[in-house]
Amino acid sequence: MTNLIDLGLQAQFGCTIVGIAAALLPARVRNAVAGTAISIGGLTAAATGIIALQGSTGTGLILPIALPGGDGLDPLLLAPDQLGGFFMALAGLVLSLTALFGIGYAHGAAASRTGWAAFAVFALGVQLVPAAGDAVSFLLAWEAMAIGSTVLLLADHASREAVRPATLWYAVLTHASFLLILAGFGVLTAASGGTNWDRWVNLSEPVTTVAFVLLVAGFATKAGLMPVHVWLPRAHPEAPSHASAAMSAAMVKMGIYGLLLVTLRLFPNGPQWWAVVFVALGAASALYGILQASVQSDLKRLLAYSTTENIGLITTAIGVGLLLRGSGQNAVGDVALVAALLLALSHAAFKTVLFTGAGSVLHATGERDLDALGGLAARMPWTASAFGVGAMGAAALPVTAGFVAEWVLLQALIHTDARADRLLAVVLPITMGVVALTVGLGLLTFVKAFGIAFLARPRSAGAEGAHEASFTMVAAMLIAAIGTVGLGLIPGPLSRLLGAAVGAQDLAVTGFTGLELGSLGAILLDPLALSLLTAAMLVPVLAINAVAALRHPRRQVDLAWGCGGDRTSPRMEYNATSYSEPLVRVFGGSLQTRRSVEVITPDDAPLLVEGIAFNQETTDVVENRVYLPAIRALERFGDFARRLQNGSIHRYLSFSFAALLVVLVVVSR
Amino acid sequence: MIDSLVVVAVHVVFAVLLTPLLLGVMRTTRARLEGHVGGGVLQPWRDVIKLFGKEPLRAPGSTWVLTWAPLLLMTSSLVLLALVPLVSTLPLAQVPGDLFVVVSVLLLGTVALALLGLESGSAFGGMGSSRHMMFAALVEPTVLLSIYALSLPVGTSALAAIVAARSEDLATIANPVSILALVALVIVVIAETGRLPVDNPSTHLELTMVHEAMILESGGRDLGWLEFGSWLRLTALLGLTVNLAVPWGVAPDAAWQNLAIGLAASTVKILVAGSILAAVEVFIAKLRLFRVPELLAGSFVLAFLSVSASYLVF
Repeated sequence: MTNLIDLGLQAQFGCTIVGIAAALLPARVRNAVAGTAISIGGLTAAATGIIALQGSTGTGLILPIALPGGDGLDPLLLAPDQLGGFFMALAGLVLSLTALFGIGYAHGAAASRTGWAAFAVFALGVQLVPAAGDAVSFLLAWEAMAIGSTVLLLADHASREAVRPATLWYAVLTHASFLLILAGFGVLTAASGGTNWDRWVNLSEPVTTVAFVLLVAGFATKAGLMPVHVWLPRAHPEAPSHASAAMSAAMVKMGIYGLLLVTLRLFPNGPQWWAVVFVALGAASALYGILQASVQSDLKRLLAYSTTENIGLITTAIGVGLLLRGSGQNAVGDVALVAALLLALSHAAFKTVLFTGAGSVLHATGERDLDALGGLAARMPWTASAFGVGAMGAAALPVTAGFVAEWVLLQALIHTDARADRLLAVVLPITMGVVALTVGLGLLTFVKAFGIAFLARPRSAGAEGAHEASFTMVAAMLIAAIGTVGLGLIPGPLSRLLGAAVGAQDLAVTGFTGLELGSLGAILLDPLALSLLTAAMLVPVLAINAVAALRHPRRQVDLAWGCGGDRTSPRMEYNATSYSEPLVRVFGGSLQTRRSVEVITPDDAPLLVEGIAFNQETTDVVENRVYLPAIRALERFGDFARRLQNGSIHRYLSFSFAALLVVLVVVSR
Repeated sequence: MIDSLVVVAVHVVFAVLLTPLLLGVMRTTRARLEGHVGGGVLQPWRDVIKLFGKEPLRAPGSTWVLTWAPLLLMTSSLVLLALVPLVSTLPLAQVPGDLFVVVSVLLLGTVALALLGLESGSAFGGMGSSRHMMFAALVEPTVLLSIYALSLPVGTSALAAIVAARSEDLATIANPVSILALVALVIVVIAETGRLPVDNPSTHLELTMVHEAMILESGGRDLGWLEFGSWLRLTALLGLTVNLAVPWGVAPDAAWQNLAIGLAASTVKILVAGSILAAVEVFIAKLRLFRVPELLAGSFVLAFLSVSASYLVF
């Protein structure tokens, strides 16, 4: 019998080839055929990943590619372990749904031959990164992912100005990430004499530390951690929505997979400061990300910053887990690592919903600025429901996946015995504070995103004339939304499965589908029981309400209370900018918004006021303080270097002569 | 199983009956101290009954949020009461009143109110919603941290277990960790339930109102649910705080004698705490809106100190 994992991996290659071939079909059927092929490829990856997660291993699929000078290289091997299986399943599910969404959504350049072929290559890359068993196949898949996403991002470059600079930022940072990882792997290969993961596990200091620094820098860039998050808020808004959903929900997770690969599989006994680095990076990203997200009014930019926040939380959880394992509290450490995986899975689920929902809004209204949306719940009920569920997941409200994941993380924090260990006694309260602040601000952010976009009255003509999305788009959003709630309802069996990937044993299923953290005492969470309790409380409320409604039915009036306001004009409504204005005041120091108020007067009568224009721009502090000065310095260096080249043949000849002299001097010694 | 269901039923019924009375006592205390006669302690009950006999209105273009947000707020408050150890510390087997579950149920109600404020589409609704969520965003960290500090010595985050453990050991109450956390918690309760100096529940002044601004467009039974649901939150949080501070009298099980003692003790504790709150309110003015975050940041610092201290003291 053929090995199922090998078969699954081969089938993914098959689906990608079909997807690329389908991109050549005429435009009428291209979306449907290519999208379906990629979607099936994603499902195959999900199935393969789940089989691998349950503990099966493949025989190791060796790619028949001969590399030049391949003496020191091991063969290209695809063999996902349990951790890889988890990330492969996650990526597969996300890509399957985003490709399905793309069938209805892709239009213009994103639906071109290049667009779909790039998506197919990108999808294969993301799915194979966690399957790689050696450095070269990892880098190949990683580069397929990077190039595919760059091409997808460029799709609309002809129609929108902002696409090109966004792609430039993305391309530079994604390749910086690639180079750092390449350097890290290079160090390890040189020290061990091979590229297979298994050869590296016995390496020791200082090689591991050098590799750790290089690899973590590379993976953090891909994951979008602060301060290398700057590509996220630029690339996500400009990419076509199915691509930004796949990038945010699946691709950045490969950065997380990389961090786990280094710290769990390659060097599981790293020093404590590695974990502290993770906690520091994660906590800073979580706080900064959510703070920025809370004041954005561009819906997709908001979601992009929220990705930085979530990735920050995941990294924090990994850091706490490693820290606890390092100080001998293995049981609690395992729980924190399971929390990290749950956070990753829940983020994948709700970010798929939110980005596809934002895409559906953009498709229907032509707007992604929250200040121009409104009243969409009545016009796009399915999108509104799905987006609402996704927003609840992002705000970690019960009973969604996000809530379960944060619950597990907080339980790990609360059950740590930090009295004996000064490092823990310092790190854990700070972590708790950061998580708590993040939860609060996340709530505000997503109430704003949902409330301003979908409730009240439309603030623009585009929102006024919005229509519900097409069938495949709605189906993709709803499946992802059901997944978000489903993962929140059955945490028990799911967490046990995930526990296997990080070697956590003491997770038990309790009650209906609840989760019991056996190693921490009888700590349990049973969302289904909580839902039943809620239903029991809802019944009398509904009964009383129904009796009251029978006696006094609701009446529709033109102007309910009005408060002297004119209901037909939406200008009196609060919008996203005004909603977050109090926060801008409270956190003014770290947000740095630019505001301008301009009084518009007629030319001949400067004392008459025609209108007042208010403009507020949020800027990225890290970008202003770190990147822009660095870019300016580079440009100055470039200007200086340009002086060396004045086009005169004499100067070039003198350069050659000088070079020759230097060579002669060196050789003669 | 049956015992814990009885406890849940007792909690909910007790709180629903007591809450309008609590509000009545608070309003009367305040009125008497200010030299008014006041509407009497039963006035909140009369208000609620009156509201349920009125016809609610809706504006064109309003959605299901208008109808469902009040019901959701009420339900979340009831679930909150089922989980908080008001009378007895016997928890439900599968839903053990875990700190984080309780906080998130509280947040569900907060979100329902905020969405209702936005749904009205008026400037007031949005303004109230925005301010409400800003307070919530700053309050939640303090709630989590202060109860986290209290739960560290006990080793569990189940509120019932924390209250039970505190009633057995005086040393867990009279120590710096506990006092810091409780002070932080009191500030949080005041902010979360919209009392002075954060929000004035009896004003309709445009510049200052928060809670009232969100429910401005609601009427009839919608307003009834909103008022009742918000009052229940006050009872739950006040009850939780007094039971953490003065945990005696709370029943350890569902035996009827203990429940009777628990009911009497909780009634007295909650009403006294409410009267003190109302009496203090007479002497303070509402803070400027952008002073409130400073107060909340102060409470966050207290809670944080309390967590740090708990690692050193125990």
